[in-house]
Amino acid sequence: MVSAVFHSPLGGLDDEAPAVSTSTAAPAAAPAPVARRPRKPYDWNGLLLKVLPPLIGVGLLVGIWALLTMNGGSFPTPAATFAEAVKLFADPFYSKGPNDQGIGWNILFSLQRVAIGFGLAALVGIPAGFLIGRFSFLNHMVSPLISLLRPVSPLAWLPIGLLVFKAANPAAIWTIFICSIWPMVINTAVGVQRVPTDYLNVARVLNLSEWKVMTRILFPAVLPYMLTGVRLSVGTAWLVIVAAEMLTGGVGIGFWVWDEWNNLNVTHILIAIFVIGIVGLLLEWALVAIAKRFTYDEV
Amino acid sequence: MASNSSFIEVHQAEMVFSTKKGRFHALRDINLSVAKGEFVTLIGHSGCGKSTLLNLIAGLTLPTGGSLICDSREIAAPGPERAVVFQNHSLLPWLTCYENVHLAVERVFGTSESKAQLKERSLAALGLVNMAHAAAKRPHEISGGMKQRVGIARALAMEPKVLLMDEPFGALDALTRAHLQDELLKIVARTHSTVVMVTHDVDEAVLLSDRIVMMTNGPAATIGEILSIELPRPRNRVELAEDSGYVHYRKEVLDFLYTRHGVVASAA
Repeated sequence: MVSAVFHSPLGGLDDEAPAVSTSTAAPAAAPAPVARRPRKPYDWNGLLLKVLPPLIGVGLLVGIWALLTMNGGSFPTPAATFAEAVKLFADPFYSKGPNDQGIGWNILFSLQRVAIGFGLAALVGIPAGFLIGRFSFLNHMVSPLISLLRPVSPLAWLPIGLLVFKAANPAAIWTIFICSIWPMVINTAVGVQRVPTDYLNVARVLNLSEWKVMTRILFPAVLPYMLTGVRLSVGTAWLVIVAAEMLTGGVGIGFWVWDEWNNLNVTHILIAIFVIGIVGLLLEWALVAIAKRFTYDEV
Repeated sequence: MASNSSFIEVHQAEMVFSTKKGRFHALRDINLSVAKGEFVTLIGHSGCGKSTLLNLIAGLTLPTGGSLICDSREIAAPGPERAVVFQNHSLLPWLTCYENVHLAVERVFGTSESKAQLKERSLAALGLVNMAHAAAKRPHEISGGMKQRVGIARALAMEPKVLLMDEPFGALDALTRAHLQDELLKIVARTHSTVVMVTHDVDEAVLLSDRIVMMTNGPAATIGEILSIELPRPRNRVELAEDSGYVHYRKEVLDFLYTRHGVVASAA
């Protein structure tokens, strides 16, 4: 689903760097990054098949973009955008007052908001999911509320945040919190409900305490489900922060996009889109790696 | 059997499952008493409800009629004094073999013994089933038979009053099975455990049991006949193979299962 879409371009990016270096740099430099996994007779064909399709995909996008902007107009060409990006990333951490800071600061401020909002959501959502999955009374009690609140658009929560906190930054964090909590609550609860009865029978025969049941049986059994929820949540949080920052202002990638729109600097907006995409991809990739680490083999 | 010496007492137990397709009458009129230290096997064709009866004694399911008593107390819930060896081993995949056993040991002896003693118990239980070498392995790294042995070790490590076994050796190869049966006989002789075991293996039933409870075919299965095996202990499978008493008991069980209660062709 979402992850599958995010996956393949990532695989491409991942392999892109070594592939470029093999074609341009001396062979001595090339094997270091790529040749770790495969054995001595290197599978060039496999690498080609892995790297080529994503490269063609990216190439196609850039090609169409270049074709469409060939005749000039307000939309910048790929080359112009790239040149501007190089300039922008040459000094990402400058600070000239609150409304003019480097792109690095903007990204970091956004990430900080996401981290706080998402962290709070995990802190509340995961235990809540456990309780909801474990006690059917609670489940029946809160499931209508969840069904009611979950489909609400992220930005509808922003005014509530502004009203309650009377400041932009907590309101943005609040919006992240409320939007990224649902996937974690729901996935954790479903995971708890799907713990194999065999394992619970073991717990019943051993007459384990509720704490032991939680830590030794439910938590490990639910972990894969929980991590799916976390992944979806981080994705949502990153989606929401851009929109929220457009409205709240301050330093952040979302506000930066809006600010550049007001300056009519379309090149910077395009760069921001790429940056947002790449950061989202990296977040997703990191969580997939964590999830892989914690999934056990079924027996 | 004098009722005052009975340890497990099943009185008129009845089990009706309400499924989506309607009510399923699994067991009726089950009356059974098991004495302390007795080894009883439940035998019958597939679907005769022998596992259901074991689950009732374990307390994993509660009967829809009648009563079950263990050690003068009504069986209302499962507990560590009635350890269960599950048909499908039910080891927790995220714990090593040692940790799986230790979880049980910790629960039963955790309050009364030191950490070193608990560790020793867990390792001893693994040693008993010849699995000490795999203590640090996770269940997915060992074979099906080995998993079952760890499952048995987990149950034995709790030193339960009653050991309930649901076809524990069913998935094992013949040699491992024979070895574990012999080990089980030794352990039972030493600990005087009360054992109720579900099996479909006639030889296993005769070799291990004091009494064999033979069940009629379901639905609404009940106890057809109870056969007392009066063979002297310790029993040796090689010597017994030619023993006339052994052959006679074996014939009795086979006769019950295949002549009088032959499985209906359609039943699996």
